[in-house]
Amino acid sequence: MSGFKPRDWSSHAPYIAPDYKSTILRGPTKPLMSLSGGISEASGPVFARAAVRDLDWDLTRNGRVNGEPIGERIVVHGKVMDGDGRPVPHTLIEVWQANAAGRYVHKVDQHDAPLDPNFRGSGRCMSDENGNYVFYTIKPGAYPWGNHFNAWRPNHIHLSLFGPGFATRLVTQMYFPGDPLLALDPIFLGTPDEAARNRLISKFSIDKTEEGFALGYQFDIVLRGRLATPMED
Amino acid sequence: MTYGETPSQTVGPYFAYGLTPGQYGYDFSDIANHIVAGPDAKGEHIRIIGQVLDGEGMPVSDAMIEIWQADHEGVYRTEPVSIENAGFRGLGRCGTGTDAQNRFVFETIKPGCVVDATAPFINVTVFMRGMLVHAFTRLYFDDEAAANARCPVLQSVPADRRDTLIAKRADTATGPEYCFDIHMQGNRETVFFDV
Ligand SMILES: [Fe+3]
Repeated sequence: MSGFKPRDWSSHAPYIAPDYKSTILRGPTKPLMSLSGGISEASGPVFARAAVRDLDWDLTRNGRVNGEPIGERIVVHGKVMDGDGRPVPHTLIEVWQANAAGRYVHKVDQHDAPLDPNFRGSGRCMSDENGNYVFYTIKPGAYPWGNHFNAWRPNHIHLSLFGPGFATRLVTQMYFPGDPLLALDPIFLGTPDEAARNRLISKFSIDKTEEGFALGYQFDIVLRGRLATPMED
Repeated sequence: MTYGETPSQTVGPYFAYGLTPGQYGYDFSDIANHIVAGPDAKGEHIRIIGQVLDGEGMPVSDAMIEIWQADHEGVYRTEPVSIENAGFRGLGRCGTGTDAQNRFVFETIKPGCVVDATAPFINVTVFMRGMLVHAFTRLYFDDEAAANARCPVLQSVPADRRDTLIAKRADTATGPEYCFDIHMQGNRETVFFDV
């Protein structure tokens, strides 16, 4: 079994990113020890299609109680691939987010914005054999957080992916184009490289937009690639 | 053509209803929970318990731990993971927000030694608010002293930090329990790996 290319740290944030205050006491401070290429990191959990149930991929419907959720319906399309552009098929993608008012269902979310009885804000989908995935949801609202005076998170959707091995595990956030809060957000800006962090911004797509129903966004996700395998066609 | 990696971002404080809904009492199915090996799994059944401690030694209440391990024969599961499986699942996931002491608790079996290693261990991944990139570590067992002494990964770690990777066994009325606290910082900072 071949391993994966080393994590490209130029694409990621440091553990201690002082503008994001919680990192100061929570990020490791000592250098990481290298651990290369064993079967343990190359192996990882796989999930059956059945792990994604009926409406898991449609957050506009999976939390309904007595009506439709409030907000702007969107459809998110994307391709999961590795750094060489190879599709990552059949990988589980878990998503969670705030509602249109910027409120999470989570019990400790103290933000004084309304809950939506018809929106839970969590779901999951799986990439197909070509790495493509899709889910429907409501565009999440911005919400305040206590990091600094007048700190507001830009609109975002949280995504969690496994990829082909334990080493490819990724938890990330998808943002929206043109959001003025991006330039002020220590979490988004925690990734120092501008080109890298701009990969977190989805693209509006009129082609993926569904007539009379939902605005389309494209969000491709790039996981670490495999080490070169000899004699590949 | 090569493509840059998508940057990692924090799970934030509100992951529970998306990633660990059953544990936190939300109405959504789980893909994994704290049971890594059900009652039917072969091997020695054990419990793993620990806290995640921040730079001031305070337990973190909004961390999520994932573990991925081999079965009792040292083989990683290649069949799909399912929480309906009463046998060996291989993957576990637990948040630290539902226990009064902010502990994570896993029910599992002691893994066998995988083919390219000399000592048994469990892969551990740490996620939390305040971490923009998750952290990898390994859990080794203190009752495997001879195997640990031969393990090249453990031996590559400075001797005074090796202990941070070794879970301590206690035999309790409800079976063997291994304590594995994860120190994010400080003079007992856990060894994390660049996997
Ligand atoms: Fe969030």
